[in-house]
Amino acid sequence: MGSSITQQIFQQLVNGLSLGSIYALIALGYTMVYGIVKLINFAHGDVMMVGAYSGWFAITVLHWSFLPALLFSMVACALLGVVIERIAYKPLRNASRIAALITAIGVSLFLEYGGMLLVTAQVRTYPPVFPETMYSIHGVIFKYGDIVMLLTSVILMALLHFTVQYTKMGKAMRAVSFDKDAALLMGINTNNIISFTFAIGSALAAAAGVLMGVYFNTIDPLMGMIPGLKAFVAAVLGGIGIIPGAMVGGLMLGLIESIVSGLGASTWRDAVAFLILILVLIIKPSGLFGKNVREKV
Amino acid sequence: MRLFSKGFSIGMIALLSISLVAGCGTTPKSGASDASTPIKVGGNLELSGGTAMFGQAAKNAITLAFDQQNAKGGVLGRQLELVAADNKSDAGESTAAVTKLVTQDKVVAVIGSMTSSVTLAAVPVVTDNKIPMISPSGTNAKLTVDPATGQVRPWIFRACFIDPFQGQVGANFALTNLKAKTAAVIIDQKSDYSKGLADAFVTNFKKGNGQITGTEQYVAGSDKDFRSILTRIKAENPDMVWLPGYYQEVGLIVKQARELGMMMPFMGGDGWDDPQLFNIAGNDVLNNTFYVDHVATDDPALATFVSDYKAKFNSVPNAMGALGYDAANMLIKAIDDAKSTDPEKLRTALENMKGFKGVGGDITIDPKTHNPQKSAVIIANKNGKPTFVTRVAPQ
Repeated sequence: MGSSITQQIFQQLVNGLSLGSIYALIALGYTMVYGIVKLINFAHGDVMMVGAYSGWFAITVLHWSFLPALLFSMVACALLGVVIERIAYKPLRNASRIAALITAIGVSLFLEYGGMLLVTAQVRTYPPVFPETMYSIHGVIFKYGDIVMLLTSVILMALLHFTVQYTKMGKAMRAVSFDKDAALLMGINTNNIISFTFAIGSALAAAAGVLMGVYFNTIDPLMGMIPGLKAFVAAVLGGIGIIPGAMVGGLMLGLIESIVSGLGASTWRDAVAFLILILVLIIKPSGLFGKNVREKV
Repeated sequence: MRLFSKGFSIGMIALLSISLVAGCGTTPKSGASDASTPIKVGGNLELSGGTAMFGQAAKNAITLAFDQQNAKGGVLGRQLELVAADNKSDAGESTAAVTKLVTQDKVVAVIGSMTSSVTLAAVPVVTDNKIPMISPSGTNAKLTVDPATGQVRPWIFRACFIDPFQGQVGANFALTNLKAKTAAVIIDQKSDYSKGLADAFVTNFKKGNGQITGTEQYVAGSDKDFRSILTRIKAENPDMVWLPGYYQEVGLIVKQARELGMMMPFMGGDGWDDPQLFNIAGNDVLNNTFYVDHVATDDPALATFVSDYKAKFNSVPNAMGALGYDAANMLIKAIDDAKSTDPEKLRTALENMKGFKGVGGDITIDPKTHNPQKSAVIIANKNGKPTFVTRVAPQ
């Protein structure tokens, strides 16, 4: 009996990590855009949905293999992100933050219900792309997709962190984040930098969307809503604007949900997860990784 | 301004009285009994939106039933005509669609809708206008009996059984055929349908000395990862799992359960009935799963209907099609029995219908609840095909 309980605990930890890596993957794009533009891009989850559909289109209609389909969907969403920024957010760049926030919600609803009009509310299924291999270590079971999800989110986090911290573009991004007007005076094309930020953020969302589609093999026009919200919570938990924070926040949220359900309180799962968020924010308002300096990214 | 509005209201009153008089004098009562005009029947159906597949199937099946009857010379010497309106699988649109059918198209009766909440939205309209309505597949008990008063809704009928019966059939099958002594239950937290089926199952399973090892909940539409609750159930090791939900979550749950090494039977209700289930879960995963349904399309009793439908629409009908076909034929029989298209006489004929031979089983309407007493079928998923197991008679 003792071993079965340990086995159950480890299984719940694995469940939590795999769920958390999905949240982390979505939270990365969220947190980066916030870090640079200080805009909570509520449409992020819905860009993810568009990414999932582009990937589905490439795989089932164009019969591409997984990697080209992933790239196709990332490029498509990068363009979409830039277009959304230019049309919806740029005219409001000097308006109050609440105006930009409401516009973001508008864009989110537009994508959700526009998508429903275009592709109908019917659920689509991804063909099996990953091998259905299962691994079992002392009775704790995980699958190939779990490893792909976790590895992808770690690799993308590292890449993003590297880009922002160690490249010229990243330096410009941080400068824009620190002081937009001063950056402009220093000869940085802030418009291009902000577009670039949205392009990367949306491409990350697309990658998350395709992976989520492959992992759960169902997609629908409202699939971005709840994961988008959860990823936002993850980003805030880790300290919004901080890239490794999104990763840790995502994994933590996944683990919390899994443990609460595992203790038999599946109805209380979301309530407990959000309660922990509130507690963290009361004790540490800028999130787990947050510092009280203005330079975030 | 005041003068104008006074003149305006007088004008309006005059205009209204004229139209009232005209209404009394010349407009024929719904469906004039002239033999040359067709009998118009409204179809308030889900032709687009989330459950479009249900509505499309029913539309085809009703058309088939009417065409077959018309080929035999119609009913009361008149042809039948289906006026279909799309409710977009939406409760608000359903009210608008049925209002149009009743007030503009002047239909003698309405068939629809396929889902409970969309049907419920049309109830006040047909009740106010005193037009009988038959829902082919709305299983929620509230549709025909007003929960506030406990009284039957006089104008609403249905061609299907209700949720408590489904749960009972499921529990009996689990106890006697699956020989289950313990069961776990997974409920969709926000769905009345799921909760109703779960309650009915638990009550009947316990009555048969079965034991419920645990109840877990999820939220349909937002949850996609169910491994935490499944890991708990795995540790309880029940003989079977009762899973009343809709195919989308059902597919994911069964798939993730099998991945965790849980090979026990899974069972649910008519919400499982959609070919998408196999795309979501995969054929092998669904072996050793069962569900309660209205009809099985491979049931020998349905062979003629299935081949007629196939010949006309070049596709295989689902259970919703069969129920739509039965609803249409119930109405034809009611018109024939009443020898009239008068709504009140139709209502009485429907209320007293006994031993109607439908493709989905014989239907006898209970005048107190308007619920048909009819049989259910058990379906097993075998290598990617829903397969007829047995028919269970009403008790």
